[in-house]
Amino acid sequence: MNKTRVIPVLLLRGRGLVKTIKFKKSTYIGDPINSVRIFNEKEVDELVFLDIDASREKRGPDFDLLEDIASEAFMPMAYGGGITSVDQIRRVFALGFEKVIINSAAYGGEALIRQASVTFGAQSIVGCVDVKRTLLGRYELFSHSGQTRQPVTLMEHVRSLEQQGVGEIIVNAVDRDGTQAGYDLKLIREVACAVHLPVVACGGAGGIDDLVAAVNVGGAAAVAAGSLFVFVGPHRAVLMNYPPRAELARLLP
Amino acid sequence: MIVVVDYGVGNLSSVGNMLRKAGADVCISNDPGEISRADKLLLPGVGHFDYGMKMLNSSGLRDAIEEFALHMSRPVLGICLGAQMLGKGSEEGDTPGLGWIDMECRKLSAHPRIRVPHMGWAQIDKSQSSPLFDGVSEDARFYFVHSYFMSCENQKNVIATAKHGVEFACAVQQGQIFGTQFHPEKSLRHGLALMSAYVRIVSK
Repeated sequence: MNKTRVIPVLLLRGRGLVKTIKFKKSTYIGDPINSVRIFNEKEVDELVFLDIDASREKRGPDFDLLEDIASEAFMPMAYGGGITSVDQIRRVFALGFEKVIINSAAYGGEALIRQASVTFGAQSIVGCVDVKRTLLGRYELFSHSGQTRQPVTLMEHVRSLEQQGVGEIIVNAVDRDGTQAGYDLKLIREVACAVHLPVVACGGAGGIDDLVAAVNVGGAAAVAAGSLFVFVGPHRAVLMNYPPRAELARLLP
Repeated sequence: MIVVVDYGVGNLSSVGNMLRKAGADVCISNDPGEISRADKLLLPGVGHFDYGMKMLNSSGLRDAIEEFALHMSRPVLGICLGAQMLGKGSEEGDTPGLGWIDMECRKLSAHPRIRVPHMGWAQIDKSQSSPLFDGVSEDARFYFVHSYFMSCENQKNVIATAKHGVEFACAVQQGQIFGTQFHPEKSLRHGLALMSAYVRIVSK
């Protein structure tokens, strides 16, 4: 059986779902509860929900909405957005999520991830990095929905996340977000070589070939995508979709 | 009525949601009276073995569930830690388990290519027919999160196995007592099929 997890990433804005391009130009794509019902029918490995406004608006998760989502979800789920305390993490898990994703708060000190990892186990704490490539090809880290540049280097930061005790790292290429132009394979490979943890490729997937390349070339352990699983066709018509399991099993390790 | 036993441990809402989806009348309860009036029980659990057993022992529910399972011989399904607790004990701690099934839990050993905890999907191999698998397809895959595995003294209690480094019992049965290491409540249509099978099992 293939081990590579293929993960739709759904972005929450208010009580709706949106899809962005390069973290901007958000398009409304539907209702999260309805989308979860659709993904229940597909053989999705996991589902990721990210509240893309929470950290920027300095607020915590919308627990009522997460409860509604979880009550319809019969697959493993991860949530990210506005998490700053162990208590919030406990509440998210109690609603029926398996993992929480920490991005912006990881730049504010090590206590949160360390404590969460010891309390709930590393497998349930996911680190996420939003990365932009400069004109000179250097990678820079951003937090708070791509708005705040962080001075730490990519390599220092991902190694620090590993050391603090995250169980995996989502590497999100901001410049590829929503473009469907393919993953930044160099970025994925650099992070995969720097840490011993599973790396989840995110940002830019346009087709199954990209998923395969992220694993075979980039060294990703899992692949995540937004547009690929919510749009179809050249005009980007909204349609939740997922490749047939047999096809994934044939193409992915 | 299926009662999800609320002894303060485990993901009660996910289990309850899936049982409801499978067509069951569900009640999440920590009341011994309600437990004894149930048709079936579901024993959830996530986390450390000793913590789970201590919580169960101090919940005041242990007598009620033992009466239910051992004297009334009504169906009980344990999930994950709830399944492990059906056995005699675990390498994870020193508190005895319920001891309803002759098994011990052992730690999965990590190798460079075998990560522990085992977290992810795996196909299961049914080693015996069981009413719990009625309607569960041959290629069914289930979602696992665990660091310890059930090791049965008697192979007749093993109804399915899975592999993660070692081959281990991922579903066990002793009469009307069932346990799954995996999480049917998180396993999409395969989990729904298994939960539906449990809902259909006839209680005396």
